[in-house]
Amino acid sequence: MKSTAHLFPEQARAALTDENLQAALRFAKGGFIDKRAAAVARYPDFETLRERGRRIKDHTLAHLDVYLERFAAAVEARGGHVHWAPDAAAARSILLDICRRAGARTVIKGKTMVGEEIGVNAALEEAGLEVVETDLGEYIIQLAKEPPSHIIAPAVHKTRAQICKLFAEHHGSPDTLREAPELVAEARRVLREKFLAADVGITGGNFLVAETGTVVLVTNEGNGDLCLTLPRVHVVLAGIEKLVPTLDDAATMVRLLVRSATGQDISTYTTFITGARRQDEADGPDEYHMVLLDNGRSRMLGDEFREMLRCIRCGSCLNHCPVYNAVGGHAYGWVYPGPMGSVLTPQIIGLDATKDLPNACTLNGRCQEICPVKIPLPDLLRRLRALQFERGLIRGPQCWALRLWGWLARRPALYHGLTALIARLSPRGAARRLPLDSGWTQSRDFPLPQRTTFQRAWSRQAKEERRHD
Amino acid sequence: MNANAARPRIGLFVTCLVDLLRPGVGFAAVKLLESAGCIVEVPGGQTCCGQPAYNSGDLSAARALAKQTIQAMESYDYVVLPSGSCAGTLRDYPRLLAVEPVWRQRAQELAERTFELTSFLVDVLGWDAVDAEFPATVTYHDSCAGLRQLGIKQQPRRLLAKVAGLDLRELRETEDCCGFGGTFCVKYPELSTRLADDKIADIEQTGARAVLGGDLGCLLHIAGRLHRRGSPVKAYHVAEVLAGMADQGIGEDKP
Repeated sequence: MKSTAHLFPEQARAALTDENLQAALRFAKGGFIDKRAAAVARYPDFETLRERGRRIKDHTLAHLDVYLERFAAAVEARGGHVHWAPDAAAARSILLDICRRAGARTVIKGKTMVGEEIGVNAALEEAGLEVVETDLGEYIIQLAKEPPSHIIAPAVHKTRAQICKLFAEHHGSPDTLREAPELVAEARRVLREKFLAADVGITGGNFLVAETGTVVLVTNEGNGDLCLTLPRVHVVLAGIEKLVPTLDDAATMVRLLVRSATGQDISTYTTFITGARRQDEADGPDEYHMVLLDNGRSRMLGDEFREMLRCIRCGSCLNHCPVYNAVGGHAYGWVYPGPMGSVLTPQIIGLDATKDLPNACTLNGRCQEICPVKIPLPDLLRRLRALQFERGLIRGPQCWALRLWGWLARRPALYHGLTALIARLSPRGAARRLPLDSGWTQSRDFPLPQRTTFQRAWSRQAKEERRHD
Repeated sequence: MNANAARPRIGLFVTCLVDLLRPGVGFAAVKLLESAGCIVEVPGGQTCCGQPAYNSGDLSAARALAKQTIQAMESYDYVVLPSGSCAGTLRDYPRLLAVEPVWRQRAQELAERTFELTSFLVDVLGWDAVDAEFPATVTYHDSCAGLRQLGIKQQPRRLLAKVAGLDLRELRETEDCCGFGGTFCVKYPELSTRLADDKIADIEQTGARAVLGGDLGCLLHIAGRLHRRGSPVKAYHVAEVLAGMADQGIGEDKP
């Protein structure tokens, strides 16, 4: 997917005045937050669970080489094929190769953000394959030719009216405003044909269990299970950070994931996949492939952004982010939006092309507070800002103003003299315009000084008191 | 025994915003601390805690200001600030200075004695003998840094409950950010304004005549937007109300 992250300010402004988007965002926001809060409250000790989750991920990341090898060996022992993809291009060519060898014409997909990250749909379509998304949200945005705007609710930016219109265009169904169950039934009918015709199924994986070579897949629609049982070939596509050591650990992580993501106690479908169909089994594919993607992750393992690799893609930081809730996911310009995306995207596509992302955040800290694996997102965003500053990526008048102010603040006597002078000369009340400023006063009045600074008034008062003594 | 032994010596860190734009908040803080039995001093070596530099990636300026602040404030029993976010920055100094062991140690010692004003009065001194009157319906904005970094939520409410005539009505979304965010508010003005408007809608639905808060940054932003929209709702720092010094709202004094 081509990034438009460098256009964040323009895209955010446009999003703020997009009525459909605003309606969709308002509709979604409260639901996510309230459901998660209720699920967390129902759980006996969610804080302990979070801490356990953090430790599992930290331990795994500290020994990732060992667990990856163990996982790969376990997959291969069951007859699966393991492919290592250092970057997106390598992953695309591995997938293409698998499809070609299978003589595939139709590929069905479960929702996978790594698939979005490597741009798998475009690559397969270019090679003449038909690619069908089977998660309802992904299917909707595939029809709309749009990228997902949320990592677990890809079509959250669409209103029901827009979806009805899309379905009417593509399915030839009536162009009227219809209820959600009717739309779901229609999508199911269309997709059922695709499931049965598909040669290859591609899914993501939520957790990869090293001890057994099992992939844990969490879904709510059951489409994932059809993708991995009906076609002849099943391919799992996952980042190398998805490892956990044991099935017990996977259970802990699933508890954290579903509560944080959708506020459920357990997802409707929680599937444990360990290879292709065995001789005595009725269902399942003939071939099973595991594609493990690096794409910058092993570099993060060794730098100050390692904590980001704990992320389990629950999307909760998006749901609790005031900026995400105001502009939606597309404004961020690439695959991963919101707080987790603002940290991850610069790691994958570079800091130069994403310079707004770390800055478009109020550092309110709510994302860190709810993150199931306690990623210090605001700190990581601050670190990215420091890297930008070091590399001279922050320019313009605001940068100079900040430097000038920093210089002055380090000279207390001069600072107090100058601020007292400003306070004395300044008009009172609130300004509708300030010199050299457009950012504040375009929408807000600026409360002005009140004739004196505190420091000046305080020392004057102290002098008076000495005189009276 | 020294008569002052039981009276803690407070270094008041005024914060740059209060110093320049709302000196009354500083005087209100002094009055409250003195009522609670403290000796208050205001060292002249202070300017700004360095938060804007820290949050903008200019770590060398942030470290220099951290060291300046440590030198100015470390001789006191406690450092008290009428701001959750600035107090949070002082609490972060040990991390900021992590690579300089001697300074990190000094930062650590300072951080342990650093408190936001309402939290200091309630949590450290156990004081709530507020003597003030404010006969109005008000609402309270929890600033994010105070709320999440320092756990400030009940402290200002416990003190406000003692203000005669004051009727506190809570916002629906007390945990939502107001959109100030330091330099965020000028880098992304439309976004920042949208968040302010959401906050203001919430404030207005409470029927409050005034919004109170513990951080002047958020309050300037909210007040500035209220003023631009011609809203009759006034904004005050919570210290002004607690000290009985809430006169003209922020940005309201006559030119």
